Amino acid sequence: MAEMQRAAQCDETLLVAEGLSKSYGRLAACRDVSFTLYPGEVLAIVGESDSGKTTLLQMLSAQLAPTAGRVSYRMRDGVLRDLSSLGEAERRFLFRTDWGYVHQDPAQGLRMAVSAGANVGERLMAVGWSHYGRIRDAASSWLERVEIDTARIDDAPRTYSGGMRQRLQIARNLVTEPRLVFMDEPTGGLDVSVQARLLDLMRNLVSELGLAAIVVTHDLAVARLLSHRVMVMKGGQVIETGLTDQVLDDPHEPYTQLLVSSILPP
Amino acid sequence: MSVMIEMTGAEKTFTMHLQGGVRLPVVRGVTFQVKAGECLVLSGPSGAGKSSILKMIFGNYRCDGGRIGIRHEGAMIDIANAEPRDILSVRRATIGYVSQFLRAIPRVPTIDVVAEPLIATGTSRADARQQAGHLLRRLNIPERLWALPPSTFSGGEQQRVNIARGFISDHPVLLLDEPTASLDAANREVVVDLIDEKKNAGVAIVAIVHDDEIRRWIADHVVDVTVFAAAA
Repeated sequence: MAEMQRAAQCDETLLVAEGLSKSYGRLAACRDVSFTLYPGEVLAIVGESDSGKTTLLQMLSAQLAPTAGRVSYRMRDGVLRDLSSLGEAERRFLFRTDWGYVHQDPAQGLRMAVSAGANVGERLMAVGWSHYGRIRDAASSWLERVEIDTARIDDAPRTYSGGMRQRLQIARNLVTEPRLVFMDEPTGGLDVSVQARLLDLMRNLVSELGLAAIVVTHDLAVARLLSHRVMVMKGGQVIETGLTDQVLDDPHEPYTQLLVSSILPP
Repeated sequence: MSVMIEMTGAEKTFTMHLQGGVRLPVVRGVTFQVKAGECLVLSGPSGAGKSSILKMIFGNYRCDGGRIGIRHEGAMIDIANAEPRDILSVRRATIGYVSQFLRAIPRVPTIDVVAEPLIATGTSRADARQQAGHLLRRLNIPERLWALPPSTFSGGEQQRVNIARGFISDHPVLLLDEPTASLDAANREVVVDLIDEKKNAGVAIVAIVHDDEIRRWIADHVVDVTVFAAAA
């Protein structure tokens, strides 16, 4: 979309990937990926299954060690640090506070048997909040922001619909005001009408909070609606990159042209 | 008056890999200047590359050669070779673009579709909505429709929403792709007035209009795009 929100107004990079590769024996799952991400910028990584996009996301979010290359992240003190050099406390800080990770399957990102309020409050307790009333207030205000009826605050997410679970997962991630959110197929497995609502919500939250995000998706409509920039992956490599509307309206690579031309017009 | 847009030898070719690598040359040697307060109209038959030129200036189509200079925050920046984040910054602050068709976003109310560019540059939501309402009223979109997403509107209504969205910001460069195509006479006049106001405010405009009367009203220069025909 043309209405690129207040992205990338800051001149300091937030995350830098340099020559990232991952191989399993002779199989190269991801080869030589480099890019920089600025605060407030939303990057979509698109490609079909087995293109290496999920492997890349796992390396970027320090869940998988690269075979070669490195990821650097600017910590809140302003210093750019190699993720592999971080101590345990710093890693925990990233996972619990400064980063969010939205899984395709909400059951992986939520605790299904505890209440929605506790799911959101848990991340606050992990960063030292202890006042029950304040935690509950924060949880309740976040449920409202993601359009979940606060009367359902004491219900466990296993009683929620798929769309509600996904919105709850987003609330749980955003409650600590992270600066970077990783999303793995955030709308996968949802009905189309539910997807539209979720996308609209994410779009607004990302722009209001000035979040940076890295979104893995096979759905080009998701990339168009959410992202400023796009990287197209195939066979573990980035084959095309640029502004989202540029890559989708004027694709250069044969594979990108195939992806774009395979969408049915609404 | 300072030069706001300076195209020099810009060219564009599509290579269709799915059709056996067919090359479709669109334009070559596109060269013109637009100064602040001027309106340049691109003319030529359909398929000549008029819309492509607007998309190249907006950074939506990539440019295969030449230069597309835009005065952005006091300095010339070459869109043809700019980084994505610089193009985003140019779009935020400098270039407004009214496309031929509104790309409706599901669920977003009309008033917010129009207000969004202002909010993105830091205007408060309340102020942005007020200005959006003012423009929608001028363009004869009834207030009862403002809270609805424009996806169900008629073609003419959608186009007016698109125009309101494009005109709400104070961008010093404005690209208009057939802004009056599906409008009735009264609304065409409103758009001509809006364009005049922009010109008086020093905005540099590149427009595509097929209506001869409107062209006479708004154009300071007319460039025939067929001179840039790239076909061998």
